[in-house]
Amino acid sequence: MGKREFINGNNAVAYGVKLARAEIVAAYPITPQTKIVEQISEFISNGEMNAEFIKVESEHTAMSACYAASCTGARTFTATSSQGLLYMFEMMQFTSGQRRPVVMANVNRAISPPWTIWLDHQDSISTRDAGWIQIYVESAQEALDTTIQCFKVAENKEVLTPVMICLDAFVLSHTEELVDIPEQAEIDRFLPPFEPDYKVDVNRPLTIAAGTAPNLYMEFRFTQQQGMLKAINLWKKADEEFGRLVGRSYGGVVENYKCSDADVILVTMGSLSSTAKDVVDSLREQGTRAGLAKLRLYRPFPEKEIFDALKSAKAIGVVDRSLSFGFEGSVFSDVKAALYNNNCCIPGVNFIVGLGGRDVTADDLKKMYDKLQYIQKNGKAEQTVEFIGLRWSE
Amino acid sequence: MIKLQDITEEELLYGSLACAGCGGIIALRMALKVLGKNTVLVLPAGCLMATCGFFPQMAVNVPLVSTAFPSTPSTVSGLVAGLKVKGKEDITVLGVAGDGGTADIGLQALSGSVERGENFVYICYDNEAYMNTGGQRSSETPYGAWTTTTPVGRNKMWEDKPKKDLLRILAAHNIPYAARTSISHPREYMDSVRKAKETKGPAVIHVLAPCPSGWGTDTSKTVELARLAVETGIWEMAEYENGKYKVTKIIKNRKPVKEYIKAQGRYRHLPDEEIEKMQKQVDEYWKAMS
Amino acid sequence: MGFIPNKLSDLPAGAAFEGGHPTTHTGNWRIFKPVLNKDKCRNCLLCWIFCPEAVIKKGSDNVEITYDFCKGCGICANECPTKAIEMVKEG
Repeated sequence: MGKREFINGNNAVAYGVKLARAEIVAAYPITPQTKIVEQISEFISNGEMNAEFIKVESEHTAMSACYAASCTGARTFTATSSQGLLYMFEMMQFTSGQRRPVVMANVNRAISPPWTIWLDHQDSISTRDAGWIQIYVESAQEALDTTIQCFKVAENKEVLTPVMICLDAFVLSHTEELVDIPEQAEIDRFLPPFEPDYKVDVNRPLTIAAGTAPNLYMEFRFTQQQGMLKAINLWKKADEEFGRLVGRSYGGVVENYKCSDADVILVTMGSLSSTAKDVVDSLREQGTRAGLAKLRLYRPFPEKEIFDALKSAKAIGVVDRSLSFGFEGSVFSDVKAALYNNNCCIPGVNFIVGLGGRDVTADDLKKMYDKLQYIQKNGKAEQTVEFIGLRWSE
Repeated sequence: MIKLQDITEEELLYGSLACAGCGGIIALRMALKVLGKNTVLVLPAGCLMATCGFFPQMAVNVPLVSTAFPSTPSTVSGLVAGLKVKGKEDITVLGVAGDGGTADIGLQALSGSVERGENFVYICYDNEAYMNTGGQRSSETPYGAWTTTTPVGRNKMWEDKPKKDLLRILAAHNIPYAARTSISHPREYMDSVRKAKETKGPAVIHVLAPCPSGWGTDTSKTVELARLAVETGIWEMAEYENGKYKVTKIIKNRKPVKEYIKAQGRYRHLPDEEIEKMQKQVDEYWKAMS
Repeated sequence: MGFIPNKLSDLPAGAAFEGGHPTTHTGNWRIFKPVLNKDKCRNCLLCWIFCPEAVIKKGSDNVEITYDFCKGCGICANECPTKAIEMVKEG
């Protein structure tokens, strides 16, 4: 058993990185991420952490440096937010395409303009197809523990895919809670050193990120897809093992909160899930069979697990904190696709909420469940996409 | 100064798919001869990567980490740090990019890596345009040159800006070592590479590397043209070291600029008065430097 | 001649291939062939150092030209101070 400290989500990630014994950190400041790398700098300055921190001049360079450092076989971490993540986009693909298991914390912040520093998921969701694993957390404790799990899954030789841990701006990044900080020895048992087969070695000169003609490119993409898909089961295993060794686990890739007998289920990602769980509890006290499926892993998409959580519901609602302009929230599209792939058709609605930091209250969530009960009764949704908490809609 | 007889026969670069007479390949081959096997090379998108790093034509026999166009210096930074934590600081990290990859899209990253004082060698092989994409103008395209984005037409005649001065940009960083040199002077160039390797901290070499396809010249003239650039005073061989800018080759009797200009297809359109203007500029530069 | 994958499991994790294994002999691009007149060669090594393709080898009295990767650019002939190399059209 380690110690307990009153820390915020950013500090928690930094503790996770330290406990994972990351060797290289390359990062550029951006609100609300900056505290993560400030904390890491302090760990390094104090001699608590043995790592090189490259204080780069941009996020593009941060990700380039991470890609390259990982090519030497070093365990590598970076953190960013919003505009910074978008600036990394090109190099994110080098990292994933070349199978370098870099771990990045993205503190979810909305995209400008209008200028804002507040929370939504538009940044990470916009990089959905960059070949990175994405996992969303609900609390500072989960942020710490998941950061460590990230390295475990990313570096698995069957996966070798970079991971982005997403935590909500301010709600998690700047809000303090009591967090258990595991013992180094516990984490060392969980996370072995990183020893990749393909790395920079003057005795075995490889051309890394070589060019290929059309006769080989597609096979590389196929193996990348295979690696990604393996991350679903391996994450469940890692979460179980973490639970055995450290005493906490998070329901694998989809946390099933009272879904088994639920008529109406909401799907959420991130910190909103805590409020939603409270709403589920109070609805259940009033006799409504409500449930919550908290999506932890967003890419690879755990379609079987999400189907298992939702299959017996009469109506579902998917809460998106981002928007694919001209269509709907991406999580909603993906959840529907997962049901379709499992020959399942449940009436559902997409709730677009909390863009640019707008509060999502328990009342808002209660209204969403009300809507689902209405859909349950009518057997269909009148509208597929609803903006919640909008001040004016016309 | 390095003697050719002492240089290794070991070839760490062979079998590239570059055009015949490529100056960039000459620059890289000479550099690897000095740096040897204990080197990691970084190449971004560009001619060298396209011709040396495409499977199955693997032409580079040192570890090569390829990267995106803006990222040569930042990839170098990551390798330097990674090799340090792995206890392999004896390995030389070498970044090689063209003029576009260095003076345009890579300049911010280069400034960062140099400013942070990381220990690496960086070579900018300058063929004075974006040759891998078919010869578009870069900030290193010289005044008067035709490129595919400075075509000679009725309204606009040719590239109308002078070259960006990379060496002085580096000098402004107070870099430990930087040099402007040419493939036509292998001993001087390779000596610069050796110095760069021995320098503790960042060292950048800007080397003129003509491109027969882009310059409209015969493949056999690559080295001759680079030499002419030096002998006419158009390309100044210089170093920045210990806080001082030093011209390393004073040409006593400079050849006429016209000789260099007339030898290249990319200047075919240039009227004599423009060449005279260029001659005047060159004369004034050397007068100011003396 | 290097590594050629034949099945999916042969592929490395990410495109990482052993270097120093060019498979195509670029010598077949050549139109003109450099031919050395050994008597004129002073072994100054300028052709050797300037050759982009590394096809000229050091020898004890004179250099030797190999042809597998020689593209026939003619830099060696152009740079030779004693005009010991002649570019001859391929038959």
